[in-house]
Parts: sequence; C-alpha cells; structure tokens
Amino acid sequence: MITKEKLFEIKEKTKPSLVEKLLESDRVEFRGEDLVLKGEYYKKQVRIALKNCDIIDPTNIDEYIAMDGYFALLKALTEHEPGYVVEEITESLLRGRGGAGFPTGRKWNEAYRYQADKKYIICNADEGDPGAFMDRSILEKDPHSVLEGMALGGYAIGSDQGYIYVRAEYPMAVKRLQIAIDQAREYGLLGKNIFGTGFNFDIELRLGSGAFVCGEGTALMESIEGRRGMPRPKIHRTAHKGLWGKPTIINNVETLANVPVIMNRGAKWFRGIGTEESPGTKVFALVGKVENAGLVEVPMGMTLREIVFDIGGGAQDGKEYKAVQTGGPSGGCIPAELIDTPVDFESLGKIWSIMGSGGMVVMDENTCMVDIAKFFLDFSVEESCGKCVPCREGTKRMYEILDRITKGEGVEGDIERLEELSETVSSTSLCGLGQTAPNPVITTIKYYRHEYEAHIKDKRCPAKSCKALIKYEITDKCIGCTRCAKVCPVVAITGKVKEMHHIDQSICIKCGACYDVCPVDAISII
Amino acid sequence: MQVTINGKQYDFDKGTTVLKACSEIGLDIPTLCNDERLVPSGSCRLCQVEIEGWGKLHTACTTQVREGMVIHTHSDRVIKARQDLLDMLISNHPLECLTCEKSGACKLQDYCYEYGITEGTYRWEMSKPYFDDTNPFYTFDARKCILCGLCVRVCDELQGTNAIGFENRGFDTQVATPFGEGLENSTCVSCGNCVSVCPVGALEPKSKKKFRHWETRTVRTTCSYCGVGCQMDLKIKGNEIVEVQPAFDAHNEGLLCVKGKFSYNFLSHPDRLKKPMVRKDGVLVETGWDEALDVITSKMKEVKKEFGSDAFAGLTSARCTNEDNYMFQKLFRSTLGTNNVDHCARL
Ligand SMILES: Cc1cc2nc3c(=O)[nH]c(=O)nc-3n(C[C@H](O)[C@H](O)[C@H](O)COP(=O)(O)O)c2cc1C
Ligand code: SF4
Ligand code: SF4
Ligand code: SF4
Ligand code: SF4
Ligand code: SF4
Repeated sequence: MITKEKLFEIKEKTKPSLVEKLLESDRVEFRGEDLVLKGEYYKKQVRIALKNCDIIDPTNIDEYIAMDGYFALLKALTEHEPGYVVEEITESLLRGRGGAGFPTGRKWNEAYRYQADKKYIICNADEGDPGAFMDRSILEKDPHSVLEGMALGGYAIGSDQGYIYVRAEYPMAVKRLQIAIDQAREYGLLGKNIFGTGFNFDIELRLGSGAFVCGEGTALMESIEGRRGMPRPKIHRTAHKGLWGKPTIINNVETLANVPVIMNRGAKWFRGIGTEESPGTKVFALVGKVENAGLVEVPMGMTLREIVFDIGGGAQDGKEYKAVQTGGPSGGCIPAELIDTPVDFESLGKIWSIMGSGGMVVMDENTCMVDIAKFFLDFSVEESCGKCVPCREGTKRMYEILDRITKGEGVEGDIERLEELSETVSSTSLCGLGQTAPNPVITTIKYYRHEYEAHIKDKRCPAKSCKALIKYEITDKCIGCTRCAKVCPVVAITGKVKEMHHIDQSICIKCGACYDVCPVDAISII
Repeated sequence: MQVTINGKQYDFDKGTTVLKACSEIGLDIPTLCNDERLVPSGSCRLCQVEIEGWGKLHTACTTQVREGMVIHTHSDRVIKARQDLLDMLISNHPLECLTCEKSGACKLQDYCYEYGITEGTYRWEMSKPYFDDTNPFYTFDARKCILCGLCVRVCDELQGTNAIGFENRGFDTQVATPFGEGLENSTCVSCGNCVSVCPVGALEPKSKKKFRHWETRTVRTTCSYCGVGCQMDLKIKGNEIVEVQPAFDAHNEGLLCVKGKFSYNFLSHPDRLKKPMVRKDGVLVETGWDEALDVITSKMKEVKKEFGSDAFAGLTSARCTNEDNYMFQKLFRSTLGTNNVDHCARL
C-alpha cells in the first residue's frame, strides 16, 4: 500500500525526467509553473480537464503522480473530513459538464446528508452526442484524473463503490481505464484502507452498448441494473434513491476530471476562471465546416467569435460562416449575428440553445438549416427509447414533415405544425431526450424561418444543398475540357471536346462530382 | 396536506400522488399506463396536470402532493396536451373499432371520444404490423399496441415470469418475446394477467363467442378451480359466460391463473354433467338428488357392513372449498370410520 512518503518519492523521481523528455520533444512549454501544449491553437485555451492530455503517458500512473496526481486525494483523506470536500466543491460552483450544468457540490451534499448503508458514485462516460469526443480524450489520455475525482466524490458522500459506465464503442478508453484501475489498485489508491486512513473505495467498469439514451442518468442506472436502458420517472432524487435504490451520485467525465484540480488549487482559484455563475472552463469539440477542428478548452464566458474564429480559424475554404450549433441534438443553432454571445450556461440558454456536453458544429453558407434540423432530429428519432408517447410518436412526425420540406413537398401550414409539435414534445416528454429533441427545429425556425418558407413556397433551397430542389447546369463559361463528362457516375453529361457540354437533368443524380471537378467554375447550382 | 384542485381545497395524506388524490375526490384523470400495483412508469403522459408555479406540465402519477399545491387538471393547456398525445397515438393505430373485440371497453377509444379526436392528423408511416397467435389462449396484435408497457410490467413485477419485454427503439419499439421467437416458444405460462390489463385491443383472449362489451352483464364470483378462491367478474352475454376479468378489489388483486382466466368453456359444454346419474342395468341414467343420495347411503351401509370401514377410500378436490373438504374428511373419518381420505392438491 502506498504511503504519503512514497507518493512524494514517486513524484520527485518521475517529474524531472518527464519534463526533460517533454521539453525535448518541443511539443510543450511552460506557462507559469504549468506545462502546456505549444502552438497557436493552444494560446487562447486554458486547460484544466485536459491539462494532462497529450502530455503524460496515460498508461503510466507515475507520470500522473508526477503532475500532482493523487495528491488531492491524499490531502482530503489525511487532513480533511468528507464534509470539507463537499463544501469546497460547493464553494467552487463547479457545474455539471454533462449538459445540464447542475451544481456538483449541491448534488453531493444531498447524498452526503442522506443516511444509507450503501452509496454509489457513477461516472457517466456514455458520451453519445454525434461528433463529441471530449470525454473520450480524457478517458484515453488521462484516465487517472477521473479515478481520482471519483475517489474524492466517494469520500465526500460516503460511498465505497464507483462505476464507470463507458460505451463499448470506445475500446481504447475501456482499455486505458482498466489499466489505470489496475495500477491504482496495485498502489493501494483504490481498494481497502487507502493511505491507511480506513477509507475503502473501488471502481468497476460497466460497458454500455451505444444507446444515446443510456447517457441519461436514470436510464444508465437501469442499464447497470441489467434492464433495458429506459429513463425512470423522477419521483425520488437519485441522490436519495438511485442505483439499486441507494443514494447515488452520477457525474460526467469532465466534471470529475475537474475535481482533483479544484481540491488541489482551491475553490477560490477555480472561481477566478470563467464567469461569476459559470466558473472554470469547458471543453468543446469544435467540428463541422471549420478550419481548425479539434478539442478546445476555454474559460467560460469566452465569446463564440473567439472560439470559432480566433481558435478555430473561421469557416473552411474561405466560405462564409453561417451559424454554429451547440449542445448536439438537444441544442440550438446560433446564427452569425449572435456570434458575440459569451459561452456559458446562462447566455446560451437566453438565445434558445444550451451548453450541452460540448459539441460545437460550425456551419457555412452551404449548410441548409432545414436540412440541419432534419439531421439532428433524425438522430433523436433513432435514439428515442420508445417509452413515452410524445418522443416516440411526435419526433417521428416532425421528422416526416422536415423530410417532406427538404424534398420540396412541403405544404402551407407545415411550419406551424412543426411549432405545435415541438411545443407538445418538449413539454410532455418523460426525459431530457424528448424534452430537448425539438430544440434544433425550434431554433432554426426562429432564426431561419425564411429558409423554411423558401423550401415550402418557392420550392427553393437557399443554401443550395437540398438535392431535390437544386439543379446542376453548365453555363457558357464551359471550355469543353470533358472533365465533367468523365467524372459523372451516371453519364448524364454529353458534349464534344472544346464545345459546350450539357447535363441531362433526367439522368443526373445531383452528386455534385462535375461541380467539384470543373476547372473554370462553369457549372452552377440553381 | 392542503391542496387546491380546480379551485377547491382538499386535505390529503403525505405521499399521495396527484393521480390518487384526484381519484379520491372522484376526478377522472386519463391514464393509459398507470396501475396502482406497479412501479409508476410515466410513459403515456396523458395524466399531465398543470401545477401553479411549476412551469411545464407534470404527470399526476409520478408527482406527490405538496402543502399548498394548486393543481389544474383540465385547464386549456392540459387539454391541448392530452389532445395532442391522443392524436399521436391514434395516428399510428388501425381504425378498426367496428370489428375490434375491445370496442366498448377500450380506453383509447373512450379517451378519443372524451377529447374529441377523430382519425389522427399524422396518418403517415405506421408501426410494423406483427401478429402472434401462437399462444392457445390469447393473441397479440402489435398494430393496436400503444406501448403502455402494462403487460410487460405485470408479467415482470406481479406474475414474475418476465416472458415479454420491449424490442427495438423509438418508433420501432414493440412488445416482443426474447429473440422474437413468439409466445409459444417463450416462458409465458398463459396466466393472462397481461391480457387483463391491456387497455386496448392488442392483447385479446381467443374468444369462442362474438359479443360486444355493452351486451354483457357482470357477475362477481369465486373461482372454482382451487382453494385460493380468487374473485372474478364473469362477463355474461345472454346466459353464457363470454369473458372473465379478475377482481381488483379482492385478495387476488387483479390476478388470475390460466385456469381462472381462460378455462370457463366447460361450463356450457354439452358433455357437462348437470344432473346426478345412477347406473341402472349397466346404463347411466339421469336422476334426482334424492334418489342419488339414497343410492349412495345404502351402498355405503352395505359395504361397511360386509367389508368394514377400511374398504372405503375418499379423494376430494382442490376445486372444493375448505369447508366442503372439511366436511368430506369428517364424513370419512367419523361416519365411515376410515382414515383413507386424501385430496388432489397433494402434489
Ligand atoms: C438523452 C440524454 C443523454 C445524456 N447523455 C449524457 C452523456 O453521454 N454523458 C453525460 O455525462 N451526461 C449525459 N446526460 C446528462 C446526464 O443525465 C446527467 O445529467 C449527467 O451525467 C450528470 O453529470 P454532471 O452533473 O456531472 O453533468 C444525458 C442526458 C440525457 C437526457
Ligand atoms: S423522452 Fe424519449 S428517450 Fe426519453 S423516455 Fe420518452 S421515449 Fe424514451
Ligand atoms: S451532378 Fe453528378 S450526376 Fe449530375 S451531371 Fe454532375 S456529375 Fe453527373
Ligand atoms: S384497440 Fe380500441 S381504439 Fe383500437 S381498434 Fe380496438 S377499440 Fe378501437
Ligand atoms: S400470459 Fe402471463 S406469463 Fe404470459 S406473457 Fe402474459 S403475464 Fe406473462
Ligand atoms: S400489448 Fe397492451 S398492455 Fe401491452 S404494451 Fe401494448 S397496449 Fe400496453
């Protein structure tokens, strides 16, 4: 079993060589006392949850310890009562990073004060938002930070058993987590009598099979209990009656990764970052039509402009930036004119979007907003668990309407019907999935109603993206190079060399291959 | 707890759900998935009510009354939500009330009537049809299933058999047996408790008779199959039993077994003995009770005199009441004087 002295010894032994190795690689630099990744992309970032990612070897517990790992646990167990941990986290105003932004300390306090013979702490590593990979990076690149966060949570609420519910589609994360758990057990950082304090805590993995809804807290518990993953109605708080009817705390990966850092540096330090009501940082998966896609961790309150343009480099290929979608299938589309909105829980809520778990999809001028709404809704339709009527039946009907609109078969009244269905589905669904599924539709109608109208009334897709509503035509700019005719998969293009070519609309499947290949931009979409 | 419902003040015990509270004061709140005996599932969403200061609507079945709560059970907003939900359900439902066995006792039909829903606004894609008639006693028609989950929960939580569950997700969700192997190949014990709770015509007994629910009258009786004495309501058309429903307000709490639920056809079977019979010259002939009992007593006396008490053996039935069985053994032990008496429930 590891002791305080031993922990210090490992740190002192490992750190110098680690630092040397890193500086040599030229990937990192010092920012104050902290080692951070080098490069323009990282300049504006502040990394707390990702602080060790791409810096330490995740399969080597000693390197985690070298970066002050497990010192927060040591300090809590040997110097403080559980109540202190709860207070410190409450004081830090750390808010859940899994989507809802519920204050973690308040949640822990509920379980801490509730008497029971057994309590559980669960790490929600089900990350199911399309295009999101924040949690995955932490799990794969810094698994010990999650384990330490859970152990601290376990100590705080009086639990001796933790579960990590991780999706089986993350085999590397599963592997790294298991290695980390084994190493922590070997060192006695998990198991019985940790640091000789009498505190017992162990963690087991539970694999989910990729149902998005299993990321919802109660569905996740049903799944761990061996049932079909469907949300339970919220009659009791899970902090009182959760997994197997026992007090249970469920936290997101990123939330937990923040915990050891907060305990090490103090709540006050944490509150110095971000905004008054949303302190700290948030990790985003910046994807879509953006120049520099990737993970970014920024202080809360940074504007969308700074994230999309200063870090992300704006829209790809010199196209015009159109909108950004936050919060994945539960979030909303934010139009270009609101680009100066600060990114924090409150500000995003005010403009009908949500922070969500951190998906941030950038869209350019060629993105059709009706099609985007359809894309996200399709995800919800597919992932609905089918338990309750509005989500099971209602989202499907909304999808059918959107599908018709994008095919040019929209009819007068469709927008109103969508609005009405959105209202019913969001206000009557049982769980967060159904309650938020209409958000992409609501926001796109709110900000881009004219695009819906163009589809329905003029049978026109302003972004020139909906296949049924566009035509490829060759203009007189054509130099007769024959490239388009060669590339067309259905031989729709005819024309002699050096003469103007022609597309037979009855054959064209609108794949866009000719458009991409024409050297003189002679092909236009109308 | 002082609670205001639709403008009137009432007092309820702590822990009472809003749904229970409403039913206590005689207010009808629609619900397709609630069953007092089961863990609430909150899946049909029909029982939503408006609670002042609570923002969105809340399902009455999963919300407990709180001091000072002000509840509206039929506000415009509530009614609109219920109409929309029913519209969604009926849009994905075959409109076969004309021939459906459940007509007249169907909750979906009743609520659509109450809330004025006709054929459904969204009659576009429909759920995949599936029909399972492999069980000898009942059928399952997935087209009519509204996925209230009652059957699955009853089979799990009360019957303890877990023969059925949900399969697929979202719009494709269906009630199914494991690996889609059909009821015949499942662990189903044909208790029919799922059939008894199905609010629509998705689970239907394989009835031998055509009847309409409004043509029947109900007679409460005790099941004659075993000493548990389950209470049941016989649905009778003319002079014939056409269906059996378990009694909910009795000790069997709405449950029956396969025999109680489905095996009543013998009652009007032509082979059934309706009068005592006595063998005369080698042929059984109908007779009255007086003669029959005379024959029995005289034969008993004769045998006892000639062969002694232990020449008798008596076997009685679990289908008799405890009192009948008691009297039977008394007859054998003290009148005939033998201990050779037994009972078919000795398994
Ligand atoms: C449909 C649905 C999916 C969810 N998926 C996830 C998920 O993949 N990961 C996650 O951490 N939280 C997810 N959540 C949020 C969880 O319910 C829960 O709020 C969260 O795990 C709590 O942790 P936190 O307070 O640390 O954010 C999901 C919620 C819903 C409604
Ligand atoms: S809202 Fe959707 S995902 Fe949630 S319980 Fe209802 S059907 Fe399932
Ligand atoms: S869009 Fe595709 S199918 Fe149509 S003409 Fe061009 S290459 Fe051919
Ligand atoms: S189940 Fe009810 S609503 Fe459906 S066809 Fe039968 S009677 Fe009509
Ligand atoms: S008949 Fe009984 S055992 Fe069979 S599925 Fe229904 S409830 Fe379950
Ligand atoms: S079969 Fe009947 S009881 Fe079962 S889920 Fe369908 S409607 Fe409900």
